[in-house]
Amino acid sequence: MTRVAIVVFPGSNCEYDAAAAMTQLGATAEFVWHSATDLTEFDGVILPGGFAHGDYLRPGALARFSPVMGAVARFAADGGAVLGICNGFQVLTEAGMLPGALQKNRGLTFLCQPTTLIVESTASVLTRNATKGQELRIPINHFSGAFTCDDATYASLVANDQIVLRYKENPNGSRGDIAGVANPQGNVVGLMPHPERAMSTLLGSVDGRVLLESFLSVPVGAR
Amino acid sequence: MSGAPDQLHRALGLTDAELDDIREVLRRDPNPLELALYGVMWSEHCSYKSSRLHLRRLPTEAPHVLVGPGENAGVIDAGDGIAVAIRIESHNHPSAIEPYQGAATGVGGILRDVFTMGARPLVVMDPLFFGELTDARQRWLVEGVVSGISGYGNSVGVPTIGGELTFDDCYASNPLVNVLCAGALPTERLVLGVASGVGNLAVLLGSSTGRDGIGGVSVLASAGFAGDDGAASLDDAKRPSVQVGDPYEEKRLIEACLALLDDGLVVGIQDLGGAGLVCATSETAARGGVGMDVDITAVPLREPGMQPFEIMTSESQERMLAIVTPENWPAVAELCAKWEVRASVVGHVVEPDLDEQGDRVGFLRVRRGFDGEVLAEVPAASLADEAPLYDRPMRRPLDLDEIHADDPTDDEPVGSPGDDLLDLLIDPAWVYRQYDSQLFLNTVVGPGRDAALLRLAGPGLPISERGIALSTDSNPRWCALDPRRGIALTVAESVANLACVGASAKAVVNCLNFGNPEHPEVMWQLSETVDGMAGACRDLDLPVIGGNVSLYNESGGNDIDPTPVVGLLGVVESLVAPPPGWSWRDGDAIVLVGVRHAAGSQPFPLGGTKWATRRGRRGGRVPTFEAASFRVTTNFVVSEISAICAGEASDVTAVHDVGGGGLATSLAEMVSVTGVGATLEEFESHGELFSEFPGRFVMATSDVGAFQERAGRAGVPVVVLGVAGGAALRIGSAIDLSVDDVTARRANALETALASLD
Repeated sequence: MTRVAIVVFPGSNCEYDAAAAMTQLGATAEFVWHSATDLTEFDGVILPGGFAHGDYLRPGALARFSPVMGAVARFAADGGAVLGICNGFQVLTEAGMLPGALQKNRGLTFLCQPTTLIVESTASVLTRNATKGQELRIPINHFSGAFTCDDATYASLVANDQIVLRYKENPNGSRGDIAGVANPQGNVVGLMPHPERAMSTLLGSVDGRVLLESFLSVPVGAR
Repeated sequence: MSGAPDQLHRALGLTDAELDDIREVLRRDPNPLELALYGVMWSEHCSYKSSRLHLRRLPTEAPHVLVGPGENAGVIDAGDGIAVAIRIESHNHPSAIEPYQGAATGVGGILRDVFTMGARPLVVMDPLFFGELTDARQRWLVEGVVSGISGYGNSVGVPTIGGELTFDDCYASNPLVNVLCAGALPTERLVLGVASGVGNLAVLLGSSTGRDGIGGVSVLASAGFAGDDGAASLDDAKRPSVQVGDPYEEKRLIEACLALLDDGLVVGIQDLGGAGLVCATSETAARGGVGMDVDITAVPLREPGMQPFEIMTSESQERMLAIVTPENWPAVAELCAKWEVRASVVGHVVEPDLDEQGDRVGFLRVRRGFDGEVLAEVPAASLADEAPLYDRPMRRPLDLDEIHADDPTDDEPVGSPGDDLLDLLIDPAWVYRQYDSQLFLNTVVGPGRDAALLRLAGPGLPISERGIALSTDSNPRWCALDPRRGIALTVAESVANLACVGASAKAVVNCLNFGNPEHPEVMWQLSETVDGMAGACRDLDLPVIGGNVSLYNESGGNDIDPTPVVGLLGVVESLVAPPPGWSWRDGDAIVLVGVRHAAGSQPFPLGGTKWATRRGRRGGRVPTFEAASFRVTTNFVVSEISAICAGEASDVTAVHDVGGGGLATSLAEMVSVTGVGATLEEFESHGELFSEFPGRFVMATSDVGAFQERAGRAGVPVVVLGVAGGAALRIGSAIDLSVDDVTARRANALETALASLD
């Protein structure tokens, strides 16, 4: 995969960081404004972190209505790799492309801190190069990051191997310590931690590389 | 407007003498709208009328200074074609009344000052001062202010990478919320807020204009709180003067303005902050030596029935004024539409008039329609630059000698030093965890350390291997005892903090928080502070490139301790590896680097220390600042640490400045971060545990012989204090604490205090 679309909503703010991580790994990143309606020329799509449309309602609740989301849904339905990071994860759950929802952190404060993640499944575009049980040091940065879902959904997530990453120590009250989930096909993944912030020893961790390299290693013809 | 015509100027915050000055400028009586314009522009907050005379004594020049004080932000050349813009401000009174919005709009305002210069805002820092947390109102203020900074800063997408947290009863009725922002830009793109070119358009960008924040700079920021319970009794009367922030609007405004600058579509740009539209239009016109016609009917409003004075002085947030040529206006409108930013032509740049002497005088005219009725007509420069200048009376406090004599240094030590040490430990992580400190992938050293260290990188900047370091510092207890020495030591402390991350200090900004300038003691404090800062900055070759003065921090006639805050910007030439930080390893030698004793007759003074203040001892003397030995020591530390940042191998494994809480506190902080204990020799005296003068560093090394040799060559004294290892912090016979105790007390101190009930 070489050409990655980074969807920019008004209020997104991690688009430059996501692009820097893609560039560092040899891919070409292009910003796509939220009014775009066609993503077919791209090999993968990232919804970056931030506060799309201000997030004054529920995070992602407005962004799901942006024109680009129809194109993201079609891209995913065709088997394309879609990654939602933080606010991008919230948008994907609001759009119904991923199960569950993200609610306010248990302590009712914003949290920006390092976390240790455990790779729970390698059956996703984000973890295909990782090892089950592998521990990754990757920071979180969110107010509404506690994953929640009903019992039936949780059971199906477990049964279908859709729980991609769990926190080693739960920072936010997330159900089942969930940090990231995939759709049943594994080509759409959302996670609250920021792998693009763990790409260099200078900044404290390189553990995000294995995840983003996984994403880029998805064969272009996969969809 | 309310008030009888002959009393109106007083209701607007103008004195009788100032009314006479206005009559002299206009050669007639001002109308009520004109009076309102002067009322906000000649407020203490906008005009610095009490402090300007003194601020002139600060050194402001250095070869790397591109823009000094007086612009929206100071700018230095950081090398590699990158300029760094920096600014510090206060949002004290708004935060006292409405902590969430007060703090949030403080962040919004400072960001606009920085992107006004063409710089993308890259970092925010927040020095905060509250009363003791045993008071429920203080806990409400802390939680509100921190969540306001978090809510606005995180959403607008600028990382908050540090600050300060001080608790003292003198702030109980008048908390201080300062905010610093730094941004970066390609050097050649530097923009100044100038309206040049007759016929150009003044375009108002961003939010519509409402009734929020009217009189914010005058009624709110330039007067004290009357009640002795501070803001508590004035909430209702002054709350309408607090603005409400919208970080989403600001985020789009930042992106739109930076895109306008990238595309070369604007001649000049100016933020609307304090005093709103009148400030932005008069300042840009005055700088350009031109006139400006403003059509108040062209200003988009939030509600019907707004009066001209409300439109001109509203402090509604998230607005900018861009000066645009008529040819570029369609492109500007199109770009703003993409970012969903409202853009309206509200002004025309016009020829200046000629006065009787034939001099060109640019007038600000407020009109109803560009060809319509003239509602106000005043020389733009008279609003922006020609406010009265006051040389207010000064007096050294009469009881100062008595306070100096009441010196805790002379006390026989009582109680347990170990308990005293635990009592001083506080980890501000509860605060900074709520701030996004990592956005833009630049944060090498984040909040909670000596100084923040960042890659000098950002969208649109040339590639560079350099880093920038930032610190904010204050010591109001020192400054209360001796403002001249206190601020000199504070500047030094800041330079020492930067040294710990390998950075050489380049420029200072200051936020001078003081009490009521009509109190002669406060003016003395301000004047002494300026002289002390000027002296220390000259000694250390530091230009002061910007600042803010916040006066009237008083409540019920009681002034706060003088609280000058130093913001320091430094540069690391090569940043490819992180500095060592606070984490030593088992078996490392722990050394004290720098002159062990304070200058003067007291080797380990305790006046103004956290230790003494916690014990209710607020007297004593402050040591002098010895620049020569300080420079030798800090230069050595900078060279040691910057070599590590440049990727060189080193035996140095940890470094920490001896700051607030003294040597014992620095050691305990390193123990708690690293989880490895230390066993240290007996100190010279009890005072050495807690004495707080800058120029000393705790360092750890895996090869003490080699380290001592390098220090010896540099002429820097080194004392081996002991060795790292074990599960306890032991200092001679004075202190024996388990690592777990130290770590837990420090980690939990703030949350425990915030959770207390009364």
